[in-house]
Amino acid sequence: MLDASRLACSRGGRVLFEDLSLSVSPGAWLQVTGTNGAGKTTLLRTLVGLCAADRGEVRWDDLPIRANAEAFRHGLLYVGHHATVKDELTPLENLRHGNQLDGLAFDEPRAHEALARMGLRGRQSLLTRFLSAGQKRRVLLTRLLTRPARLWVLDEPFTALDSDAVQLVSGLIRAHLAGGGMAVMTSHQPVPLAAGGVVAL
Amino acid sequence: MSTLLIAMRRDLLLAARRRGEVVIALCFFIVVITLFPLGVGPEPALLQRIAPGVIWVAALLATLLGLPRLFAADHADGTLEQMALSPRQFALLVAGKVGAHWLLCGLPLVLLAPLLGLQFGLDAGTLWTLMLALLIGTPVLSLIGAVGAALTLGLRGGGVLLALLVLPLYVPTLVFGAGAVEAKAAGLSVGPQLCLLGALLVLTAFFAPWAAKGALRIALE
Repeated sequence: MLDASRLACSRGGRVLFEDLSLSVSPGAWLQVTGTNGAGKTTLLRTLVGLCAADRGEVRWDDLPIRANAEAFRHGLLYVGHHATVKDELTPLENLRHGNQLDGLAFDEPRAHEALARMGLRGRQSLLTRFLSAGQKRRVLLTRLLTRPARLWVLDEPFTALDSDAVQLVSGLIRAHLAGGGMAVMTSHQPVPLAAGGVVAL
Repeated sequence: MSTLLIAMRRDLLLAARRRGEVVIALCFFIVVITLFPLGVGPEPALLQRIAPGVIWVAALLATLLGLPRLFAADHADGTLEQMALSPRQFALLVAGKVGAHWLLCGLPLVLLAPLLGLQFGLDAGTLWTLMLALLIGTPVLSLIGAVGAALTLGLRGGGVLLALLVLPLYVPTLVFGAGAVEAKAAGLSVGPQLCLLGALLVLTAFFAPWAAKGALRIALE
């Protein structure tokens, strides 16, 4: 499980949050809410270890994530608000590189199936440059299907997605939670999931 | 090892899809070197004298040209974050990217150098030494440059700062690299210079990926 105690972060001299404690246990999810600039992304980046907290620490299975880095990274899937797909590569190549980074063997039939499930049938071998913003986001979110990870940290996963894709992705999150997974996410849209914990910034 | 190859193969694939950047650095190298015989005049003794320095300085500048983009695209689109969070060793992924940079930017210089050396009237033995020195020296340029590129990532005007930061660090490579070619042309042994270049390569290959990794982690915060 993931837990954080008494986290404090500041950006550009402004304190974003102080004394923030949270924990996520298997099967549970946490929504981080707040206005623009409240520090939601900073909190997520601190939780995954990209940003260092001013004070406090984040623990994974009761060990600080810095001490437990390899196990933590194996169990983590982080989807930031960046595109994270290369325009010069096809969706299939993007997915292959994602899998390779994750240390997984690339299974091409499975990757085809995953892309088709994300509504990208027939576009697997088209350069990503020619896809719309929503389709690029779908390419990125295909990693939810191909990467087994216990903890999903999703920064605005529904941005640019149409309502079908929102349903699809929330279905994936629901299945992930039902299988004992954990999720931390931010979203400005209503999340079609059973109520989870809320961290308000 | 596979970690290194993953990052390298992806960067090579990306470069194959946008060939312009590679060709530009190469053209720059050719043009700069060609300008010297035109500017200095056709006197063979003088050209032979300045050739090693000119070719090495051009190699330095051509390497520098592609460096600001080494991590910039991956940083802008979030791929660098994913690399940092990957269960694989971040330093090896960085090393793979540097390897790809050398294959695209350093190796072509090594292969072109003898052709360009002919303009300066260098003899066959000197050309071989030039190639060998560049073969050992250009990876050092890529490795040191990667640290500079990581340190200046995300800064405004980072390109100029990168040049100021990296060029002084290139001095030993330039001195020993050009020195080897000059020694050969003067009929002396080139062993010491090449050994020192090799030592530089071993040293930077060991430390530069770790240093770049540390700088990239700071840039990602």
